[in-house]
Amino acid sequence: MPEMTYGAAVRSAMEWEMERDSRVFIMGEDIGVYGGAFGVTMGMVDHFGKERVRDTPIAEEGIVGAGIGAALVGMRPIVEVQFSDFIMNAMDQVVNQAAKIHFMFGGRMSVPLVIRGPAGAGTGAAAQHSQSLESWFHHVPGLKVVMPAFPADARGLLLSAIRDPNPVLFFEHKLLYKIKGEVTESDEGLPLGHGLIRRYGRHATVVAYSLMVHRVLEAALRLEQKGWDVEVIDLRSLVPMDIPLILESVKRTGRLAICHEAVGRGGVGGEIAARVMESEAFDYLISPLLRITGLNTPVPYSPPLEQAFAPSVDRIEQSLEGWLTQEVSLT
Amino acid sequence: MTKLATTAEQKPSPLEEPLRWYRTMCRIRRFDETIDELFAEGKVHGTTHLYIGEEAVATGVMATLLSGDVITSTHRGHGHNIALGGDIKAMMAELLGRTTGYCHGLGGSMHMADQTLGNLGANGIVAGGLPIAVGAGLGFQLRHQPHIVVAFAGDGALNEGAFHEAANLAAIWKLPVVFVVENNQYGMSGSVKDMFAIGHLAERAVGYGIPGVMVDGNDVFSVWEAATKATQNARDGQGPSLIEAVTYRYKGHSKSDANRYRTREEIQQWRQQDPIDHLREYLLEHDVSVEDLDHIRREEMQAVAQALQFAESSPWPTVDILEDAVYAKEETSYA
Ligand SMILES: Cc1ncc(C[n+]2csc(CCOP(=O)(O)OP(=O)(O)O)c2C)c(N)n1
Ligand SMILES: [Mg+2]
Repeated sequence: MPEMTYGAAVRSAMEWEMERDSRVFIMGEDIGVYGGAFGVTMGMVDHFGKERVRDTPIAEEGIVGAGIGAALVGMRPIVEVQFSDFIMNAMDQVVNQAAKIHFMFGGRMSVPLVIRGPAGAGTGAAAQHSQSLESWFHHVPGLKVVMPAFPADARGLLLSAIRDPNPVLFFEHKLLYKIKGEVTESDEGLPLGHGLIRRYGRHATVVAYSLMVHRVLEAALRLEQKGWDVEVIDLRSLVPMDIPLILESVKRTGRLAICHEAVGRGGVGGEIAARVMESEAFDYLISPLLRITGLNTPVPYSPPLEQAFAPSVDRIEQSLEGWLTQEVSLT
Repeated sequence: MTKLATTAEQKPSPLEEPLRWYRTMCRIRRFDETIDELFAEGKVHGTTHLYIGEEAVATGVMATLLSGDVITSTHRGHGHNIALGGDIKAMMAELLGRTTGYCHGLGGSMHMADQTLGNLGANGIVAGGLPIAVGAGLGFQLRHQPHIVVAFAGDGALNEGAFHEAANLAAIWKLPVVFVVENNQYGMSGSVKDMFAIGHLAERAVGYGIPGVMVDGNDVFSVWEAATKATQNARDGQGPSLIEAVTYRYKGHSKSDANRYRTREEIQQWRQQDPIDHLREYLLEHDVSVEDLDHIRREEMQAVAQALQFAESSPWPTVDILEDAVYAKEETSYA
């Protein structure tokens, strides 16, 4: 299996689908000769031409809406939003249009559209270029939300997202673009809605997605040295979400922690917690649950502050350890 | 390309003001050159957008503002804040993420702004400041204040919905807003030739029923002349207008730009119409000595070096400042 970066895996999925399906095209700001702000579309215009790798003006509402319209007449558009923060400029088209069209028209239309772009903090890009806003989209019925953590998943899930008959938000954490992993360049997409246990353990279940999967895994390694055996679930997609996998794991471990970079308040973690509380897994819980999240602030610029914003491996390790120890002394 | 000759009919007299402009432009250039060097040395994280090559626009426009007027700035905003008279120490400290920065390190390169001088904010969102400028104009109108607003925008911003909504609002309410479009030929890589179906961006004004003019943005006199008229009209209650200042950015869009979308020759050609050289020639022709001009430039280089020293020796912020940073406890208003 060839090794490729996360960014290359995203590109590989788009190229694969563009070769396979002439209805697929991509549009976005500076995705042509510039290759995209993070180089994801580098070289694609040379191969597919300017029609199918389409540089647009700075007009997010226009291009997301144009993606919807093209989808309605049978195309399979991918819209790259340069920083996912700028999807905010297109919110009407995403939330009031794309998410509603299939339902509102009684199933007579569908919107096979992918909106993809970089999310997350860690590059010093400050408050308006560093957000993780997935919970907003997770909240809106009609949208699917995918946040892969590894190159192979990025490729496989993007293939499925492009083939999906619904609007899919596909968030790529900026700090993941350069990580490498083995990727099979096959036609097989990974189904949306299937999480994965990245590491088995018996003391606690930690649910994470995107960049935080890597940090939680590292923290789990450190905790192993201290005698704690933590199970780590990589959700991969938030809508649909693999609730059965979480419940099954929690029933085995009796403890649930959730880690995401997005601010804690109103975050996806609250939803996961509620789903567990509502289920039969509730009876298996032996401790209060724990959320390890971004701070409830905009993302600050200065390096020491920005580092404090998102959960670091240290913070995750310490939070988990404190939580695990506290409960042991209680029981 | 031919050498620039100023086409402005009026000239400020005596030379005091152009000399001040020369100083301002030298300061902006040196400030952003220093930032360029800091990034090249890997001393700063994040990204930055340099104003090098576009100094005449901010300088000429700000020269027409009066106390109480306000501006909204852009992601490429260092020059705007310096031309307003901003403190380069607080700016450099902000870039370096220190407590002594304008935003105590919370904002960074895209958010340095001195509200006490009327800067309502640089902005990381393209066109994000334009509706805000309209609202400031509305506030002045409602309170019968004589102040005006200058809304800076790049060429690329003119294709955002926010620009269209803002321009129409300003027009129908006859608000004292001057839209200054810094047409530096590109968005990030998107050329105005590809991203507009009109020849001159000033033509956009027609669609909103407001005056639009195009000026040589590398000639500070032309910018100053157009801004004088536009701001005067706004003060006189004649409503908004739009100035397209044609200019060029020498450096990449941001720190991660390989310039694949333009040629070296093109950059070289524009460099021959340098706004600072142009003003310098004018001043030399008007009997200012080379020594005096060099002296000004050296002073500004020193001032920037001192700002850097100040920034580098300033303390880093600590996380406890975040707690009180999100919500205001009381109203703050500068206008
Ligand atoms: C809403 C939004 N879309 C995209 C971007 C990314 N971006 C930042 S600056 C820029 C180009 C802006 O071009 P222009 O308005 O001409 O200003 P210039 O950079 O040339 O001064 C782009 C695409 C952004 N910051 N905000
Ligand atoms: Mg521009």
